[in-house]
Amino acid sequence: MAIGATAAARNNKIKSVGAAQSPVLGFAMFSPAVLYIVLLIGMPFVLAIFYAFSDARIGGSGIHYVGLENFRSILQSPSFRQSLKNSIGFTIAAQIIVMVCANILAIALEKPFWGRGLVRFLILLPWVAPVSLGTIGFKWILDSIYSVITWVLVWLHLVRPFDTPMWLGEPMLAKASVVLVHCWRLIPFSTVILLAGRTAIPKEIPEAAAIDGAGFWRTLFQINLPMMLPIISVALLFGTIFTFTDMTVVYILTNGGPFDSTQTLPSYAFATGITGSDLAAGAAISVFLVPVLVLVAYLMLRMAHRAELA
Amino acid sequence: MAVVTTRNLTKVFKEGELGAVNDVNLETHEGEFLVFLGPSGSGKTTLLRMIAGLETPTAGEILIGGKVVNDLTPRERRIAMVFQSYALYPHLTVYKNIAFPLKAQNVPRHLHKDKVEWAASLLGIGALLNRKPRELSGGERQRVALARAIVREPSVFLLDEPLSNLDAKLRLSAREELERFHRRVGTTTIYVTHDQVEAMAMGDRIMVLNKGVVRQIGTPKEVYDDPADTFVATFLGSPPMNLIQISGMIAGFRPEHFRLNDEVKESAKLGFKFRVENVEYLGAEFIVSGILVGGPANEKKVIARLLLSRSFEIGSTYDFAVAERDLKFFDATTDKKAQVRALSWQ
Repeated sequence: MAIGATAAARNNKIKSVGAAQSPVLGFAMFSPAVLYIVLLIGMPFVLAIFYAFSDARIGGSGIHYVGLENFRSILQSPSFRQSLKNSIGFTIAAQIIVMVCANILAIALEKPFWGRGLVRFLILLPWVAPVSLGTIGFKWILDSIYSVITWVLVWLHLVRPFDTPMWLGEPMLAKASVVLVHCWRLIPFSTVILLAGRTAIPKEIPEAAAIDGAGFWRTLFQINLPMMLPIISVALLFGTIFTFTDMTVVYILTNGGPFDSTQTLPSYAFATGITGSDLAAGAAISVFLVPVLVLVAYLMLRMAHRAELA
Repeated sequence: MAVVTTRNLTKVFKEGELGAVNDVNLETHEGEFLVFLGPSGSGKTTLLRMIAGLETPTAGEILIGGKVVNDLTPRERRIAMVFQSYALYPHLTVYKNIAFPLKAQNVPRHLHKDKVEWAASLLGIGALLNRKPRELSGGERQRVALARAIVREPSVFLLDEPLSNLDAKLRLSAREELERFHRRVGTTTIYVTHDQVEAMAMGDRIMVLNKGVVRQIGTPKEVYDDPADTFVATFLGSPPMNLIQISGMIAGFRPEHFRLNDEVKESAKLGFKFRVENVEYLGAEFIVSGILVGGPANEKKVIARLLLSRSFEIGSTYDFAVAERDLKFFDATTDKKAQVRALSWQ
């Protein structure tokens, strides 16, 4: 039995050496990945571009080529321009706030203190929780009647009880709320990445800076942050993608309202293409995501390449 | 006025445990090259880091230029330190590395260029100013670290094993360079090392530490010829001092003083029967190890260092002797240096 097994193993081994050289097996191993990319990413992408130049509608009878007609019409729509502005604005605002907060947290969590493990765990929680659930939580936190934030502000006598802010009902406050939820979700992730970046700096380097006469801010901005730049860009690029492509937060929190003031490209594309049945216009809107994502992808690949060289 | 003084300086990392540094009293002389020598874990680096302000002392005082600096940050102490790893800023060019202390201490910007160039030329790295640290060799990095330390003209230099990252050949030339550098700038320097050869070669004075306690401070000649206890006696010198127990004392003699009986011309000498067990030929000298036969130190392993080229039979016994004036005595219970005593047992 044992002998048979070894013989079989040897046989197998010989076979597998032969198979490794055959292109068929190689292709078979490789194809699931190709299939996955083609079916789930490539197809919808090509379809979106195809629809963007057509007059496709949900339940429509035929599809005709209409050239740039869809792009012309959405560019004239104020809601679209608002969505584009929001997408870019939310992404930039969220990334700035996330980077500042994540840096502060990373500095605070670097040195050991009693209960650090628990604090780290609590900070990581928002990242582990599903976005949709977290956003539903925030919907209640920011509710016009039951908001705990309003309640605390009233209790502190900062706002009057019968004239409370409508967090999700006023355009500026609603925008700020969307950014807040994005920050809440991204800070844990960035904190963990930046913490790793900080710990990777040899401890003699900030010590040398201290002896050279640098204070806290100079050490932070001229030594630590520049040395963490590669890892900061990873956090930044990931955060950009998460915020720019996200529609869950907007969809659940405000559904684009009030009056499309918090609409972003993904949520507006969904509202137009799926809810509003105008597939072609929705596709055209989503195509506007491509240049930004291509740029981010390019920067990421360049960074990965640099990391390989270093 | 002493540049650096410590008074009963103590550092305890974990309460209830033996301190890393215990009760160190130290006073540097103006412009001297002082070496902290000790095995790893002896507290020499902790002591240096306390002087630099990177560790807080548990007890005691540190004075720099006559002023207590315990509560001052490293920045306010106006010292310079070179780390074992050099700790160059990897994202800055050599020029910016050297200019960093000037920037940090708000030296007017128009003075930077001259000062950096002065420091760079002092160390012969003027051609490297536009390079990044990763493009430099080990020796060049060390020079950049020194230039960064010298550029602000500090009152004291602290060097933490700066040669230990270099290979053996480079270490020798870097050592000479450091000595020349010190002679030229004349700044008081504290140098930490575990290498007794480095300590002997470079130090004006050596402070020998073990387990956080100062065992001896003295010139290289003093610590070598007149060790304060058995630890210093065996830590300095390669091979180390031979120690044997004679009539309630510990007697020590250096391997180079343990010679064939015929060659010890002094009349006051102590004879031994020495059975050779191993001979190492090192070119300029022989290291002969073996054991003593008979007498109170029977079977004790000792080492002789001989210059002559005569052959020894392994396993044979020879007549060896030590001149009495070359014998050091230590108390058998405290291991401390004891008064010379007349001895004879044969």
